Amino acid sequence: MADTITQRIQQDIDANPVMLYMKGTAQFPQCGFSAKVVQILGHVGVPFQTANVLADPELRQGIKDFTNWPTVPQLYVKGEFIGGCDIVTEMFLSGELEKLFAEKGIVPASA
Amino acid sequence: MPMTAQEIEAYIRTALPDASISIEDLAGDGDHYACTVVSEAFRGLSRVRQHQVVYAALQGHMGGTLHALALQTSVPQSES
Repeated sequence: MADTITQRIQQDIDANPVMLYMKGTAQFPQCGFSAKVVQILGHVGVPFQTANVLADPELRQGIKDFTNWPTVPQLYVKGEFIGGCDIVTEMFLSGELEKLFAEKGIVPASA
Repeated sequence: MPMTAQEIEAYIRTALPDASISIEDLAGDGDHYACTVVSEAFRGLSRVRQHQVVYAALQGHMGGTLHALALQTSVPQSES
């Protein structure tokens, strides 16, 4: 049983190049930190998939255990954990985030 | 029960004695903080690992009692 949530997360991050675990949905974020990451990803223009941890208590705990990271949102790119809101914000402001997407072959929507 | 800035600083100080720590109470409610930690201990670590060092210092409070701690970490700038 304990494995199912881990497997589900692994499948999600394998299947979706940019995967965001967040509180609420991209349309209706229910936490300021989650909203900020959605905004940044939207600004950068990469397609991304989200999972709402508030809709699933098992996922909410599962993702924290999976990453050994105590908070949500959590951003994964090509299966790699990038960080939470602070790290994503910092990387966005320094230009590293867009560089990362380019390096990983995730092409932003052309302006 | 939220934590005070002094408590947060004490936890981080214990784990990272060399750190320069600044904590700002963002909303004035003792529950939403912005914290900047500068320490030699971060040198060579990725951002994720740097934050994990601070989270470990907070001994499980992050994500529980402390739900809103904006965190920024860095290595001290060299003198030269």
